[in-house]
Amino acid sequence: MFENLDLTKLIFGRLTWDAIPFHDPIILATFAVVAVGGVAMLVALTRYKLWGYLWTEWFTSIDHKKIGIMYIILGLVMLLRGFADAIMMRLQQAMAFGDNMGYLPPDHYDQIFTAHGVIMIFFVAMPLVTGIMNYLIPLQIGTRDVAFPFLNNFSFWMTAGGAALMMISLFIGEFAKTGWLAYPPLSGILQSPGVGVDYYIWSLQIAGVGTLLSGINLLVTIVKMRAPGMSLMKMPVFTWTSLCTNVLIVAAFPVLTAVLGMLTLDRYLGTAFFTNDMGGNAMMYVNLIWIWGHPEVYILILPVFGIFSEIVATYSRKPLFGYTSMVYATVVITVLSYLVWLHHFFTMGSGASVNSFFGITTMIISIPTGAKIFNWLFTMFRGRIKFDVPMLWTLGFMVTFVIGGMTGVLLAVPPVDFVLHNSLFLIAHFHNVIIGGVLFGLFAGITYWFPKATGYKLDEFWGKLSFWFWLIGFYFAFMPLYVLGLMGVTRRVSHFEDQSLQIWFQIAAFGAVLIAVGIAAFLIQLIVSFRRREALADETGDPWDGRTLEWSTSSPPPPYNFAFTPRVHDLDAWWQMKQHGFKRPESGFIPIHMPKGTWAGIVLSAISVACGFALIWHMWLAAAVTFVALIGTAIYHTFNYDRDYYIPAEEVERIEAERTKVLANV
Amino acid sequence: MSEATMTADVKTQDGQLEFLVKGDHHPQNGTLLGFWLYLMSDCLIFAALFATYGVLARSYAGGPTGMEVFDLSLVAINTSFLLLSSITYGFAMLQMQANRLKGTLFWLAITGLLGAAFLGLELYEFYHLIHIGATPQTSGFLTAFFALVGTHGLHVLFGIVWLVTLLFQLKKHGLIPANKRRVFCLSMFWHFLDVVWVGVFTYVYLMGVLP
Repeated sequence: MFENLDLTKLIFGRLTWDAIPFHDPIILATFAVVAVGGVAMLVALTRYKLWGYLWTEWFTSIDHKKIGIMYIILGLVMLLRGFADAIMMRLQQAMAFGDNMGYLPPDHYDQIFTAHGVIMIFFVAMPLVTGIMNYLIPLQIGTRDVAFPFLNNFSFWMTAGGAALMMISLFIGEFAKTGWLAYPPLSGILQSPGVGVDYYIWSLQIAGVGTLLSGINLLVTIVKMRAPGMSLMKMPVFTWTSLCTNVLIVAAFPVLTAVLGMLTLDRYLGTAFFTNDMGGNAMMYVNLIWIWGHPEVYILILPVFGIFSEIVATYSRKPLFGYTSMVYATVVITVLSYLVWLHHFFTMGSGASVNSFFGITTMIISIPTGAKIFNWLFTMFRGRIKFDVPMLWTLGFMVTFVIGGMTGVLLAVPPVDFVLHNSLFLIAHFHNVIIGGVLFGLFAGITYWFPKATGYKLDEFWGKLSFWFWLIGFYFAFMPLYVLGLMGVTRRVSHFEDQSLQIWFQIAAFGAVLIAVGIAAFLIQLIVSFRRREALADETGDPWDGRTLEWSTSSPPPPYNFAFTPRVHDLDAWWQMKQHGFKRPESGFIPIHMPKGTWAGIVLSAISVACGFALIWHMWLAAAVTFVALIGTAIYHTFNYDRDYYIPAEEVERIEAERTKVLANV
Repeated sequence: MSEATMTADVKTQDGQLEFLVKGDHHPQNGTLLGFWLYLMSDCLIFAALFATYGVLARSYAGGPTGMEVFDLSLVAINTSFLLLSSITYGFAMLQMQANRLKGTLFWLAITGLLGAAFLGLELYEFYHLIHIGATPQTSGFLTAFFALVGTHGLHVLFGIVWLVTLLFQLKKHGLIPANKRRVFCLSMFWHFLDVVWVGVFTYVYLMGVLP
């Protein structure tokens, strides 16, 4: 082995100049745009001397509010990338008929649909959901930070690191061409010898560490750090659904880690977990990844159910109808989500009785979900509903999600699934629930809590525009896919012969353009609102006449959230405080114990990304060095015992006095 | 929880509900619960590996079977090292509770040595298997075997690195609450690895030598 040791190979592995996709004008143009934009941003940051500010106030911050905002920014940026992939696919499928091969070669098209799925789930939906949970949970339960503030910062950077590795694959090498779950044997080393699947594996492993740790962190936060008096059944609904989501994260993500680890061994060491020969079993992979994958769907949707519950109650000016049933429905969904994974592969041939079992459990899940829909409807019934933007998203969700849920129940019937499996009907179904459910909910949540995080509301006009374009665009983009799926068109196809199908794809592409306008309107909304922030300012801290504790602090909240820990007597604690004429104390403040910022999270994540990159390209030397550096840095960090400090009482008094002044002017 | 129920209806002097905790308020420390949750998630990684082993355990692909390659007496010695190390860790905990730093360090060091002995024997076993041609690439059975046992071994290695780090930290700062918490966490980790090993021993080795 050592006699033909090649130094270049040892250092650079399989990375050569061929890995840079010079031959592909689309990627080169993208790279040019990203490079110019990136350099412009770096110059601007340097010019305005923002590096120090970003480093101390954001990157090393362990404030859950700032970390939450960073998660949301990450999610929104990645949404643009994921949507760019989407619109490229729509364009390709709208034109590639007969002699026209479209503009994307199959090789590139395959990478795009894989990247689209991976990005949208792992780097858009997950960061947005985690970001909102991170921001809100401590505020809703009346505490000052999460249970493990450093871990929180580390989790964020690991997620961001995974996203960074994923983005690198666009310009150096390639991404997987396997579909977003990378089923072997296609993702095995024989069929996918390139670096694509390795990029997939390592970006998900790095991000997965972040997700798992953040799940543990938020779980402990909710269990241990609730304000005195807040028993479990007095928790805000969003906190409840977050609790269930984090249970799911802790109980699902390790399986993903394990199964990706096995795939890694197959690819790197030539083992035989999922191979066709040597006694491997590829069906094992499909089972394991869906044991993670199905709960993952509920990880995304449950917090969003919580968001809708908060919004419906606030804008109907009524307590949530059936709080207890809402909680139980959430818990039942949590449990059932582990008993349905096989419905993703009824066609694998598990036999009639196994398929029936999973078909029935899948249908049962629609019962608690339906209960939730009725709870929201009854909350609105005879309420004084205000049709603000968050409420519009909620209504759009309720209609769209019910349609998506019903097509889901159709797919849960095994014989039907044998016809529709892997067809565009399935694609339409899960976009129907993920866009109509998760994404609408996230936009609703962002709009609803935006004033809390920034101190000013979002502009109504652009928000409504964004909503309507998204809603109508969604129906144009995905209803045709139901039709196509029923006609037997399968997913992941980049070229068609049957010209009669083209019109449906063109309608879908038109829908995607409408959605693009919706996204643009959302971005314009952010800019317009920032420029009108004086007019839109929220000085009360409670712009919507809210019900839960996050509205009892200022907008944005002080670093310590609450000068005094709230004491909770009932559900909707802040509402009760307002009913009882609660008076904010203006003196008698005491020093507040807070955690200190640390460099360790971002540094550890950067080393992890370097290590992942080295492993992808088989740069064994660099991989060994970065791995040792990773362990060494982590150990070094554990020698730091000085992790907290006190905000002096005078500082608290100063901040609170300022608020008193602002409140006096309202 | 008890705090939550006890303070449910605190009132001010004039009979109004009290909505604030006026003094300094520290929520409970959640490190041990958090570590428990981490262990349970780790347990799921092992569960996935056990399940995979269960599926692949008889996929010999013409290669050797468990009966042919497992040396039960070697594994028995190895098992006793690990089980003994759990007992010595228990002694370290007792010393720590009695606030005796030296005794804690001593028993922790013994625990680490036993762990290292376990790892050494396991490495010897792996070396031997690879030497006789029973490599992880040979068959689905050996793939799953090396993955499961190897993952456990990596955990023990990680535990030893942690233990050595902790020895230095104990020497430097003594038995302060932060260090006690760390010793406690490592204790849970160490016992957890023992429990997993009992599973490995039974499910892989004992059942593996059955015809």
